[in-house]
Amino acid sequence: MRALTWHGTHDVRVDSVPDPEIVNPRDAIIKVTSTAICGSDLHLYDGVIPSLQPGDILGHEFMGEVVETGSGSNLKKGSRVVIPFTISCGGCFHCKVQQYSACENSNPAEKQDMSAALYGQPMAGLFGYSHLTGGYSGGQAEYVRVPFSDVGPVVIPDHLEDEKVLFLSDILPTGWMAAENADIQPDDTVAVWGCGPVGLFAIQSAILMGASKVIAIDHYPHRLELAKKLGAEVINFRETHVQDALMEMSGGIGVDAVIDAVGMEAHGFAFDNMLEVVKQKVGIGADRAHALRMALMAVRFGGKVSIPGVYGGMTDKFPTGALMEKGLQVRSGQTHVQKYTAKLLEMIEQGKIDTTFLISHRLPLEEAPRGYKNFKEEQNTWTKVILKPGMAATA
Amino acid sequence: MAGQDDGVATLGKAAAIGLAVGAAAIGFLATRRDTGNDGDDAPGYAARRTADDVTGRTVTIRKDRQELYSFWRNFGNLVPIMENVTAIRTAGPGSDRSVWTIRAPGGRTVDVETEVTEDRAGEIIAWKSVEGSEITTEGRVTFADAPGDRGTRVTLVIDYAPPMGELGRVVAKLARREPAVQARHDLKRFKMHMETGEIATSARRRDQTRAAQMDDAAKKETA
Repeated sequence: MRALTWHGTHDVRVDSVPDPEIVNPRDAIIKVTSTAICGSDLHLYDGVIPSLQPGDILGHEFMGEVVETGSGSNLKKGSRVVIPFTISCGGCFHCKVQQYSACENSNPAEKQDMSAALYGQPMAGLFGYSHLTGGYSGGQAEYVRVPFSDVGPVVIPDHLEDEKVLFLSDILPTGWMAAENADIQPDDTVAVWGCGPVGLFAIQSAILMGASKVIAIDHYPHRLELAKKLGAEVINFRETHVQDALMEMSGGIGVDAVIDAVGMEAHGFAFDNMLEVVKQKVGIGADRAHALRMALMAVRFGGKVSIPGVYGGMTDKFPTGALMEKGLQVRSGQTHVQKYTAKLLEMIEQGKIDTTFLISHRLPLEEAPRGYKNFKEEQNTWTKVILKPGMAATA
Repeated sequence: MAGQDDGVATLGKAAAIGLAVGAAAIGFLATRRDTGNDGDDAPGYAARRTADDVTGRTVTIRKDRQELYSFWRNFGNLVPIMENVTAIRTAGPGSDRSVWTIRAPGGRTVDVETEVTEDRAGEIIAWKSVEGSEITTEGRVTFADAPGDRGTRVTLVIDYAPPMGELGRVVAKLARREPAVQARHDLKRFKMHMETGEIATSARRRDQTRAAQMDDAAKKETA
């Protein structure tokens, strides 16, 4: 089959690789019909997440048709399914309390040590996201092996086309959980840093949850325009002093809740030497750490902090004083996708949520490398790239 | 030459020990060091200074302790869980001893014969290697109720004597057969098997699983 593989920093290629097979009883094989490039794939593209190996297949937002099932799968051949990016067994303590992204059994035993050293306990398995999270082959491919296929996949009714439901795999539940983590109350003013896909879906979710005002912060005019269309007020941080503006727009007490949908590329990854390498490159890392610091300053005393943005290691100059003295509540984490998919699918069916506005480009899988390059370099206009394995190459 | 061969064989044995121990079922007796440090409530194997080669690890498994005990007590069940064990059989007709066949470098295997020294259903299984066994080791696995409906806390404690002392330890480490690492991974696989019915792997094809690759490597080394 053809698949998008990682070969090094800013070096991804579409290669021919052997098709996947059923390996464990609960597996299914999916023929991919649509897959997306995620903002977090750019961390891999930029080479700032360790433990990738040349030839690893990337991609964790995908959907397709079931073509093969193991004896323990409950899927039916021919069904259309969206696959959550988190691989969850359904049987461990964390899965039972719906903390699916903390599944204890999906990251292979011998791969758990590295993330356990970083975080105290190991991470769960994720598709296409380095060997820290299991080294699972991802969805930017013609076929994918899906473990625990009786727990994660969401069966999609025929009348809903791919583009309406694809984002159930990651960014829609991620935006929703980000808003849920902000514990939004009807009179709340909520500030969202970052108008990428997750930030935009967090804005949409916060409004659906009844926030009285949502303020979006970014610097790309087109992305701010999308936020505005969703109903947010916007701040361009290149033009405006964000802290001053947020104080004024919240009536002088600070915003009730903040959502950091920026994340911090590269900073950390915990090993001291890596940290030093990053520090030498500074610039980007320092700027992005700024988003979380700003959020902690802007939030009111007793306010709520939600962090869906991806952080990997450690950061310097973290405002512990603001965190403690202001009595803040902080919630974060990789998304517990399986907890939200049924409800969000229903809202999509009812027309309460539309995610298609985000899609800016559709490319054949063969042109995935161009998709990565432009998603990184043309962020204003390349807001979301969908890859179609079935689409004929244009060039 | 004979002396050299012996040396190589002994090194191989040293590495295999780590395996055996890590495989966690090769056993021997629970030791004084497995509970209680001076002055706190932590298990002895968590001490900053451990005098012996004692390693211990706990996992919580969402299953009844009788079920977990029964699975473990039937030692043959442990073969797919313990990466370095290729076979487990009873020592002979009617014998209550077990013979564990452990992978060793060079595609070879080492046999370890063990006897059960303590056995209380749903609570504990302890074992040790019998006199004259190529590897000296002892261990115990205990099963205790976890709070509420969280299942069972399974604790594995293993003690062993490397065949060549410090050198044996180094060899085991180089061969990535450290008992602590192997025990940890084996326990995780035990948990996976009991909670999910399978052992997680990111292999995309059946011939890429670790088990398949280890068998493959062993065949090549033997050839």
